[in-house]
Amino acid sequence: MSFVKLTTSTLAITAFTATAGIARDQVQIAGSSTVLPYASIVAEAFGENFDFPTPVVESGGSSSGLKRFCEGVGENTIDIANASRAIREKEIAACAEAGVTDIIEVRIGYDGIVFASQINGPAYTAFQPADIFNALGSQVLVDGAIVDNPHQQWADFNGDLPAEDIVAFIPGTKHGTREVFEDKVLLEGCEATGAMAAMIEAGMSEDDAEDACIDVRQDGKSVDIDGDYTETLARIDANPNGIGIFGLSFYENNTDKLKVATMGGVAPSTETISTGEYPVSRPLFFYVKKAHIGVIPGLKEFASFFVADEVAGPDGPLAAYGLVSDPELSATQDTVANEAVMNGGS
Amino acid sequence: MTDASIDSGAPRKGLTVTDARTRKRNAAEKRFRAYGIVAISIGLLFLLFLFGSILRSGLPAFTQTVVDVEFTLSQAAIDEAESKMLKTKAYENFFIAALEGQLTARGLAVEFDAKAIERLVGKPGGTIRDFFKENPDRIGTPVSFELAASSRVDGYMNGRITRESLVDSRFLMAADLDLVDALEEAGIITGAFNWNFITGTDSGVDNPGGAGLGASVIGSFFMMLVVLFLSLPIGVAASIYLEEFAPKNRWTDLIEVNISNLAAVPSIVFGILGLAVFIQFAGLPQSAPLVGGLVLTLMTLPTIIISTRASLNAVPQSIRDAALGVGASKMQSVFHHVLPLAMPGILTGTIIGLAQALGETAPLLLIGMVGFVAREYPEGFLAGFTDANSAMPAQIYTWASRADPGFYEKAWGGIIILLAFLITMNTIAVILRRRFERRW
Repeated sequence: MSFVKLTTSTLAITAFTATAGIARDQVQIAGSSTVLPYASIVAEAFGENFDFPTPVVESGGSSSGLKRFCEGVGENTIDIANASRAIREKEIAACAEAGVTDIIEVRIGYDGIVFASQINGPAYTAFQPADIFNALGSQVLVDGAIVDNPHQQWADFNGDLPAEDIVAFIPGTKHGTREVFEDKVLLEGCEATGAMAAMIEAGMSEDDAEDACIDVRQDGKSVDIDGDYTETLARIDANPNGIGIFGLSFYENNTDKLKVATMGGVAPSTETISTGEYPVSRPLFFYVKKAHIGVIPGLKEFASFFVADEVAGPDGPLAAYGLVSDPELSATQDTVANEAVMNGGS
Repeated sequence: MTDASIDSGAPRKGLTVTDARTRKRNAAEKRFRAYGIVAISIGLLFLLFLFGSILRSGLPAFTQTVVDVEFTLSQAAIDEAESKMLKTKAYENFFIAALEGQLTARGLAVEFDAKAIERLVGKPGGTIRDFFKENPDRIGTPVSFELAASSRVDGYMNGRITRESLVDSRFLMAADLDLVDALEEAGIITGAFNWNFITGTDSGVDNPGGAGLGASVIGSFFMMLVVLFLSLPIGVAASIYLEEFAPKNRWTDLIEVNISNLAAVPSIVFGILGLAVFIQFAGLPQSAPLVGGLVLTLMTLPTIIISTRASLNAVPQSIRDAALGVGASKMQSVFHHVLPLAMPGILTGTIIGLAQALGETAPLLLIGMVGFVAREYPEGFLAGFTDANSAMPAQIYTWASRADPGFYEKAWGGIIILLAFLITMNTIAVILRRRFERRW
């Protein structure tokens, strides 16, 4: 009956498609959801301006992107990993083990991390790293002693802040943003409040004290967000007391819903971030698999297009979207042009 | 029968008189009916609210604000633009200059500069470049363009952004709104139906006006083809064997239990399986509808097997007996008599399984269909299976996570299109069932 015919034709079609056209002709990118918007802008412009197909940019987070990057060399692995933090030694080792030895590191610019709250919410307008640490650290210094964080309201430790319950939505550990938040805010705050000195005095080694400093309280006052900034925004929308952590460009796109807090007395903007006045910023990277250059058409062209002055420069579309352009962009352009790999290798 | 009246303590006066006990029972029934009506109304209310909010948030995605400009590009200008690295930006600048010139010529009452115009228009460079590439004969002649305005202007025109809520930013200044009003009065800025939203491809995050669902509809279509042509024959063959031929023993029981369990496995599990088996082991391309289809096939199979077995089971034994009685073989009785009678049920199950697969996002997250993927149409029918593409729900998910509020609107609009597809498929299933269903 027709059923038999149907089966055979099905098998024929699948067998045919499985063998046809496996060779990949477009660049495949994955990684940080912070870099994704910039990468998608560049990818669209690349497809419009060159005769290569538009690259595919997937989301997923810096760590998962680098993990896929380090899976090996070949057409069914990605060519570029986006990351909102530098690659770790551990990851380089994992890469090398899988045969990915020559990695080109490309820094595209800087991104500011801002603390913002609901536009109609309480007046969270000025923070110091110490405030954030006192609110969110798991162990803080109270009356000269290290104790489990007892603070329930912002006003408990700083009379200038509103007497509202502490609720914060911070990026989950798979985000590169989390690392910057820990290094530039929690650790700074830990030192500023004297908690770190007290921990070391209490007999902790310096490394242990640093780990304890960046430990976030687990009693529900701080909520890890594993999704992207839209999820944080939705939480802030529903919670007038909440403080959320956003990328600068995300905040600038949603100024009608969010109000931003200064950090250390400096308001975040592309200017204050590029001068380094605003303390919480981080470089954004992408990593290119050198072995794929020349194999995947358009890979090198895409990388050099990404860091070209017209694109990543201060007047380019990336800066217009919120990227703080890198003052040393020409050095990066040289890196790409020379295909200079990390660690001074080949 | 008389027990009730004895219990109630009062002698029964007649059939037409309702005693206390009967009244109580009648009241209980009335209350129960009221509960039912309340339950249905609550359900309907939720549905109404859901549809209301989807339509309210999604309909703006189907209209867009366009800027109407006629201008001439000389060959020299095009050569200049083509010599640059960022060619589209050069075209955009020509467009802005042309618009500025026209506005100055008209003598608008509002003050403006090129920067303000740049904030108002979207990202027209690519469209203009494509036009002149396809129509080189139009170079040097006046061409009128209808180009999408920026998402902020779009938001102002459809009420998402108001003068009160607007905070000055480099995306839009309060003063720009005066210019928008003046342009609207002059007929340069108008509203239009956004065909590009239905037929177009995904766009970069700074260009919500150019985003369309078309490419991912195609992606979904190819995935559904794979699902249909794999899960229907496999599912039907498996169920016919299990239902008609397999001996009833512990093994078939075990298989049966496992199929039912498989139907309850969360779809993300199939995604991980797909990543490990199809991409990493079998080496199939990432982000390809072929892999998406294979993963969704695994997910749809149990649904199809269960519904096919149910409809085979519903065919009365007498049909088989009659076929066997006139000398048909077992296989003839199944394929000539039982299967045709069970077909409506099988088709319904298949369509519902497909509809389920169409709306599935979770497994696609893991095989690389979420992100900036659905940028280009596949080059041909076969390339449609292997070229990187997204799917409707994955595209909606991607849009919903972008910063620009314009994309949020697009996500809701995408939901409307997806729902339209699902409702169509379910309606077809209902019609098939109504027309061909037989009762025994």
